Amino acid sequence: MPMIEIDNLVRKFGEFAAVDGVSFSVERGTVLGFLGPNGAGKSTTMKVITGYLTPTAGRVEVCGHDVVGDAIAAKARIGYLPEGAPAYPDMTPLGYLEFIADARGLKGAARRGRIAAAVDKVALGSVLTQPIETLSKGFKRRVGLAQAIVHDPDVLILDEPTDGLDPNQKHQVRTLIQEMAPSKAIIISTHILEEVEAVCQRALIIARGRVVAEGAPTARGTWQFGEHEAEPGRLDAVFRRITTGNGAAADDGRTGTPTGTKGASA
Amino acid sequence: MRGATALFQRELGAYFATPVAYVFIMIFLFLSGVFTFYLGSFLERGQADLRPFFVFHPWLYLVMMPAIAMRLWAEERKAGTVELLLTLPIGLADIIVGKFLAAWVFTAIALALTFPIWLTVAYLGQPDHGVILASYIGSLLMAGGYLAICSCISATTKNQIVAFIVGVLVCFLFTVAGFPIVLDAFAGWAPDLVLQVISSFSFITRFNAIIEGVIDARDVIFFVTLIVFWLFANAIVVDLKKAG
Repeated sequence: MPMIEIDNLVRKFGEFAAVDGVSFSVERGTVLGFLGPNGAGKSTTMKVITGYLTPTAGRVEVCGHDVVGDAIAAKARIGYLPEGAPAYPDMTPLGYLEFIADARGLKGAARRGRIAAAVDKVALGSVLTQPIETLSKGFKRRVGLAQAIVHDPDVLILDEPTDGLDPNQKHQVRTLIQEMAPSKAIIISTHILEEVEAVCQRALIIARGRVVAEGAPTARGTWQFGEHEAEPGRLDAVFRRITTGNGAAADDGRTGTPTGTKGASA
Repeated sequence: MRGATALFQRELGAYFATPVAYVFIMIFLFLSGVFTFYLGSFLERGQADLRPFFVFHPWLYLVMMPAIAMRLWAEERKAGTVELLLTLPIGLADIIVGKFLAAWVFTAIALALTFPIWLTVAYLGQPDHGVILASYIGSLLMAGGYLAICSCISATTKNQIVAFIVGVLVCFLFTVAGFPIVLDAFAGWAPDLVLQVISSFSFITRFNAIIEGVIDARDVIFFVTLIVFWLFANAIVVDLKKAG
């Protein structure tokens, strides 16, 4: 059974459909990458999965729980890092994690153990008692990651987890995601295409609220998005081709004339 | 319940994590002293009661309660933490009640710190302690009413200043609902029943009855119902923002 199942999700803001008929599912052990231009609907999709926004139409299930009808059960199984890793600036990371653990119903030894494990995983130990507002961007992001994993969720939704981090920090976060991947279903959104190659088993390219291409690595070490195949390190050319140049592909998938097969890396 | 407790602890801690709580409590005590001794002529009256102290509470709360409640939701929206809050496995009712109770308990702490005035009047004369206790309870109930209104208004915006100003305005209407300033707008065209209903919302009229020593169940029910109503409206506002 897929851990995350999305069927024909539509989310409108007024007349504007930020997400317009998106369907996909994610199994345990999979890291799914969301790619797409800014404003494509990646964050909105994540906000619906996590229950922050209600869907206009369609169905979203997390571990078999409908995110609208059975919201609390679904939310209990999700760890969520919102874009920009917001946190309460006056709190210390420790106080913040304790609050999240309490709100998620962790108690006693399990609570202490889970907090210690999360702190250890993201290497927060040195700043535990400093107010979050005084921390560097990298540490703030780690605080956000720690609160997302403190209850050891089955499903992780990470909105641009490495945005604004330095190369070493990016590497740490990617390593962390890879470590957790086998036991969880994870969705990350990113603008960094090399990140998709580094941590994802699958990727969706989203544009104008629709999934315009789905990709996966091939046995040859390349990534295949529909007719487009990308050599290692050359995903960005395919990305540009799918999201801008090729109107037919962007409309509704691949009904138009296939152009540039394997041409992306040429 | 678990969620409400966690929220309550965090919110109450948030007041004391910054100087806000201490500044607020000092201003609260200072203003209530000024009102009592200068405007209320507490000592000159020569009467052993706390009427000069309590009678200004609606006006004190009119400014102070919006200041306490303005951050409840607007700050979360501004900082983006509302996204975390609403994706925790906690029911919306728990979140709203936890936040409201934190603000209310904080107010109760500030109010409790006015106890020296009670000691003073007990030292100077023989006041009716029952009336004073009833007045404290009534004052706290009224504060809850103001806080519930302002909590709901805070949920409509991400700007705390807007939340404060609109909060003061709405609280003002409720405060003086029984006075010509509000009633004149309706007199002449609205039926008498409407006027009566509007003036029955007056916080001052209700509270004055309580500090006279008349605890009428209807006044208590009024404030409790008002709190429940505005917190319910608060939930609707938060829900609409999720869907809108």
